[in-house]
Amino acid sequence: MADKILKKIYVKVWRQNNPSDKGRFETYEVENVSQGSSFLEMIDILNDQLIREGKDPIAFDHDCREGICGMCSMYINGHAHGPDSEITTCQLHMRKFEDGETITVEPWRAGAFPVIKDLIVDRTAFDKIQQAGGYVSVNTGGVPDGNTIPIAQVDAEEAMDAAACIGCGACVATCKNSSAMLFVAAKVSQFAKLPQGKVEAKRRAKAMVAKMDELGFGGCTNTGACELACPKNISISHIARLNREYLKAKFSD
Amino acid sequence: MSNIDSKIPKGPLAEKWSRHKEAIRVVSPANKRKLDIIVVGTGLAGASAAASLGELGYNVKAFCYQDSPRRAHSIAAQGGINAAKNYQNDNDSVYRLFYDTIKGGDYRAREANTYRLAEVSPNIIDQCVAQGVPFAREYGGTLANRSFGGVLVSRTFYARGQTGQQLLLGAYSALNRQIDAGSVEMYARHEMLDVVLVGGKAHGIVARDLTNGEIKRFGAHAVVLATGGYGNVFFLSTNAMGCNGSAAWQAYKRGAYFSNPCYVQIHPTCIPVHGSQQSKLTLMSESLRNDGRVWAPKKKEDAERLRKGEISPIDIKDEDRDFYLERRYPSYGNLVPRDVASRAAKERCDAGFGVNAEGKAVFLDFKYAIERLGRETIEKRYGNLFQMYEKITDVNPYENPMQIFPAIHYAMGGIWVDYNLMTSIPGLYAIGEANFSDHGANRLGASALMQGLADGYFILPYTIGDYLAGEIMVPRIETNTPEFEEAEKNVTSRLEKLYNIKGGQPVDYFHKKLGHIMWEYVGMSRNEEGLKKAIEEIAELKKEFWSNVRIPGEMNNINPELEKAGRLADFIDIGDLMARDALNRNESCGGHFREESVTEDGEAKRNDEIGCYASAWEFQGEDKEPVMHREELVFENVKLTQRSYK
Repeated sequence: MADKILKKIYVKVWRQNNPSDKGRFETYEVENVSQGSSFLEMIDILNDQLIREGKDPIAFDHDCREGICGMCSMYINGHAHGPDSEITTCQLHMRKFEDGETITVEPWRAGAFPVIKDLIVDRTAFDKIQQAGGYVSVNTGGVPDGNTIPIAQVDAEEAMDAAACIGCGACVATCKNSSAMLFVAAKVSQFAKLPQGKVEAKRRAKAMVAKMDELGFGGCTNTGACELACPKNISISHIARLNREYLKAKFSD
Repeated sequence: MSNIDSKIPKGPLAEKWSRHKEAIRVVSPANKRKLDIIVVGTGLAGASAAASLGELGYNVKAFCYQDSPRRAHSIAAQGGINAAKNYQNDNDSVYRLFYDTIKGGDYRAREANTYRLAEVSPNIIDQCVAQGVPFAREYGGTLANRSFGGVLVSRTFYARGQTGQQLLLGAYSALNRQIDAGSVEMYARHEMLDVVLVGGKAHGIVARDLTNGEIKRFGAHAVVLATGGYGNVFFLSTNAMGCNGSAAWQAYKRGAYFSNPCYVQIHPTCIPVHGSQQSKLTLMSESLRNDGRVWAPKKKEDAERLRKGEISPIDIKDEDRDFYLERRYPSYGNLVPRDVASRAAKERCDAGFGVNAEGKAVFLDFKYAIERLGRETIEKRYGNLFQMYEKITDVNPYENPMQIFPAIHYAMGGIWVDYNLMTSIPGLYAIGEANFSDHGANRLGASALMQGLADGYFILPYTIGDYLAGEIMVPRIETNTPEFEEAEKNVTSRLEKLYNIKGGQPVDYFHKKLGHIMWEYVGMSRNEEGLKKAIEEIAELKKEFWSNVRIPGEMNNINPELEKAGRLADFIDIGDLMARDALNRNESCGGHFREESVTEDGEAKRNDEIGCYASAWEFQGEDKEPVMHREELVFENVKLTQRSYK
């Protein structure tokens, strides 16, 4: 694994000091980046440089740096999490870029995700949607033995496919309507495949969809861009299941 | 004042917890409404605690530094969670889980706490299943299990390689339900910077709103710290970038004892370090060792040619491969505990058999499992881990063996707590990785998730009631008092001091230096000379940091450099205490390996005559030597033996 070095690259990045600032692109040069470095490590190098030059480093969200926390929300060269499939930004490596390339970096763009600073956006709306019903109402204690709720392996696997959503928001950022359908569908679908979620299924589907609309996410027009951008490969078939769940709930009103 | 009272209940081990629960006080529903609890940190321990306390009727305020509780680093745990369910009929039991955990921890954990952990473990699985956690299932619909390092039975429950994620999302959903119900108020992007004591009791915190720099005061009748571990003291670790020891350290400075800081777990299966630009290490789940075989070349010349890139591992014949874990530990083989596997890898690399350019890697090979089970089965079991490995290294692990090397992973040490999980400050609790009590000197696989959820769902909600029953006459805590004033001033002046240094080096420059000192002298093996050197070098680094750090940006805006600087200032102090604790512990045990204390065949040698204690360090003031108290560990139910996995 001898890593090649990118001698020089240009990073064109969105700078916005606070939510009310208009914002603009700035371009910086970065030298000697190992292709084995992750994209975020490249920003670390750039920030080190900016700090030494007495400038304000780029603010960006990141934490686990192993592809699971869902924090690193960046739009790179026109792709959520960058030009590679099924990854988060922290899993994007510099071997995907060429020497001398100009890389354009922006925050998620969606009305429901206001920019806080530079590349950091506020995704509290996702938490609010979950709070509207993305749970099974069970208190701690007083539950039956796990094996008294048998679940067919195929159902558990399908529930797990949906539950793998990391809540990063790439689906919203990629959707031309800024729709949160894939995110909502993933949760509704997880519980729809499990016996535990059945009791509240109708309430859940209606409440989560209503909350999604209320918070300013757009409607779904089935273009499928969300699925392509999703780092965890959540399928749009879950949106179909959400629609069924929602309609069932509506018709039984 | 060495009045270490662990408050372990009397009576037979198996009855301690149930008798204790019957004896401790409960708070009436009408009074719970009048009581406020602060929970700092919303990972497995914090989220489960906040949700459970909210359900009970307390007013809870929960805090996390991330933008959402769903991002706590518990989310990254891959492999699984243990529980003594004996669903596999392989003779597992509460006692066996307890015994494995005590033995795995090299007899440096409390018997009573560890037994309780094993005792409540089956409830955790039931709770998570009821929440809709999609655990792996057998064809008949029952829960599936697998085995993990250090254990001979299959008791690990899992959700693909994303168990931590699914358990955390379960706790997060329970928390969300309470937020929606109004019983929990959530403060995301807030960092706790001090604990406020009134009359010696914890009565609140001071926190900084990370979005705008505002310093805020919060009062409560009790404060729970669920703030994780301090592994990032090493700079390179498997911890998330934001994981820090600051909350624990502020508690220590306010009088909470800090216990066993030198116990840090090294995890054997991480993707190795490469180059100098790396910011963190990625763990490959321990579950991989169920099917992967660990090896290094038998011949030095093969190792050399691998390092130069002249040959590939698949060119090395089976007879030229040294499956050193199977060779040294025939009964556990590749499933030896983490400390044993880590040291064995280091031993091979130190002896010149390392296989990457830096000579610091061994192989984890799935060739044999693929031959035996087929690629499809392996893909089903570990697909996402294999994909992650390929994304990071650009090597396909179905075709080539993975390269692995040990890395810093989990802090067994932490804030000292008694049996009720209360620190030495009344009203201040510590749960999950933030406390010290259950793992001893080493943590077995799949036991951290178990402890986080055991503390949060099934232990703290009972024990905190016992304390709060005595506080029902205390009115809502006012925050316009001299104590809060002083704490806020303390926080503000420290931030201003850091901000105004305006030196020449960014925070990471110092953090990397600290990491280097820690890995070199307080890492996988330690000796007296090195530890003394570490203490000196840390003191120098501290001076340099406090005179030459440069923090750009504004105080009253998002300022990650300011956040990092505060955390690093604490890491420097934690590093010092870790070295002192390691120096003081003149024996080898678990993750703490003193070169002066080894058996004839090179294994860690415990010394129960001098080492059968938990240290409890007491802060004496800035730049004053801390004082160590000893909590003697008493073993009434297990016989202390040399740990053997042969």
